[in-house]
Amino acid sequence: MSNPQQLRYSKEHEWLSAAEDGVSTVGITEFAANALGDVVYAQLPEVGATVTAGDSCGELESTKSVSDLYSPVTGEVTEINEDVVDDPSLVNSAPFEGGWLFKVRVAEEPADLLSADEYVAFTAG
Amino acid sequence: MSSTELRHTALDALHRSLGATMTDFAGWDMPLRYGSEREEHLAVRTKAGLFDLSHMGEIAVTGPEAAALLNFALVGNIASVGVGRARYTMICRTDGGILDDLIVYRLAEHEYLVVANAGNAQVVLDALVERGAGFDAEVRDDRDAYALIAVQGPESPGILAALTTADLDGLKYYAGLPGTVAGVPALIARTGYTGEDGFELFVKPEHAVALWRALTEAGEGVGLVPCGLSCRDTLRLEAGMPLYGHELSTSLTPFDAGLGRVVKFEKEGDFVGREALAAAAARAAQNPPRVLVGLVAEGRRVPRAGYPVVADGTVIGEVTSGAPSPTLGRPVAMAYVDATHAAPGTAGVGVDIRGSHEPYEVVALPFYRRQK
Repeated sequence: MSNPQQLRYSKEHEWLSAAEDGVSTVGITEFAANALGDVVYAQLPEVGATVTAGDSCGELESTKSVSDLYSPVTGEVTEINEDVVDDPSLVNSAPFEGGWLFKVRVAEEPADLLSADEYVAFTAG
Repeated sequence: MSSTELRHTALDALHRSLGATMTDFAGWDMPLRYGSEREEHLAVRTKAGLFDLSHMGEIAVTGPEAAALLNFALVGNIASVGVGRARYTMICRTDGGILDDLIVYRLAEHEYLVVANAGNAQVVLDALVERGAGFDAEVRDDRDAYALIAVQGPESPGILAALTTADLDGLKYYAGLPGTVAGVPALIARTGYTGEDGFELFVKPEHAVALWRALTEAGEGVGLVPCGLSCRDTLRLEAGMPLYGHELSTSLTPFDAGLGRVVKFEKEGDFVGREALAAAAARAAQNPPRVLVGLVAEGRRVPRAGYPVVADGTVIGEVTSGAPSPTLGRPVAMAYVDATHAAPGTAGVGVDIRGSHEPYEVVALPFYRRQK
């Protein structure tokens, strides 16, 4: 699997795109999607809600388990991916593309986000 | 079970070469899934799936009094099972609590094969040895003597027919006969845990890889895929089949689990648990404490084992198994609920999913029944 170089990653296996006009896109990594198995339900934060870096802001259910969704940054949610709400399997089939989860106007970013190479090393360890 | 001493089946290297995600199941390192568990599930429903079930615990019971021993040790009438046939049964404690559910194959007049759940195999073996004292029969631990490969799904008879000259048409559901599959000696059983037609093949571990490869090749054109334990669980759940540790436990009798039919009071002689089970039968008929039902979600949040079942803000039961159902397209669960809320269609029943009461419909089991 390959983690796009232009993204940054959290240790909770979320990815964060570079901000455009202050807004970044958030999703979970392919590593996380594979570990979950088939995602069948996605509860995403509400548009307008404030999310906090490292805090739970939703959940992803798979056949075998339910996992918290953590925000990699602090900010205001500007959009959620309704396609994923309708068809959660997008998280498995295209975790870095059509399976993105929400967009956030970044207010604060933790200093410990990982580069793609660092994330690969993190998941290998 | 310790995770450091996981046991591996004869197919372990093959699973890894297929990219399986492995899991610790009852002390065995088993395939959880190879790719999408949903696709594996649907393949078994519509085409065919191939399973490694070598973790299951085989125990041989042989000798002139093998039938009498099993009739005493188990709740079913095992002496009445014809040679070449199999029976779903249970082993209970003196107090009626379920130690395990079993399939017993009668291989010959004086030869039976008992198949126990992996997690209970030692308990069952110990109980059979203890209960067998005084009978002219031998109880033998055959767990290492077999690998078990299942091919399940509507295409499975065709796949197997390409590899054996055994009379599969004459092999009825819950029957088993010795034969040869892909040149390998096998006990060919028409049994399974998926709700589909299918076969379970007991072979020597050293033959497992050759058999798996031959089945894979024979199934190539008809959509056979390797399947892990994750889809085995959702398949059995849809088929309303109980799983030990979920729907069955030592704190329940077969009557509490809605499976009183496996207890045969009319058989000859005493058997372990008879007295307690007779009382349990009466209790279940007059005043059932809780009843095993099916629940189908109106929404999409998935109930899990242990979640409370609620009505009007009161807990009326507990989920024993829950999963998204690939066939129904909605989450389903099995749950024990108070008899007052057990009737299909009972209004106002929900599951407490991490604090939120999600509406669920009470339905009769199973959720899925194959068209014959």
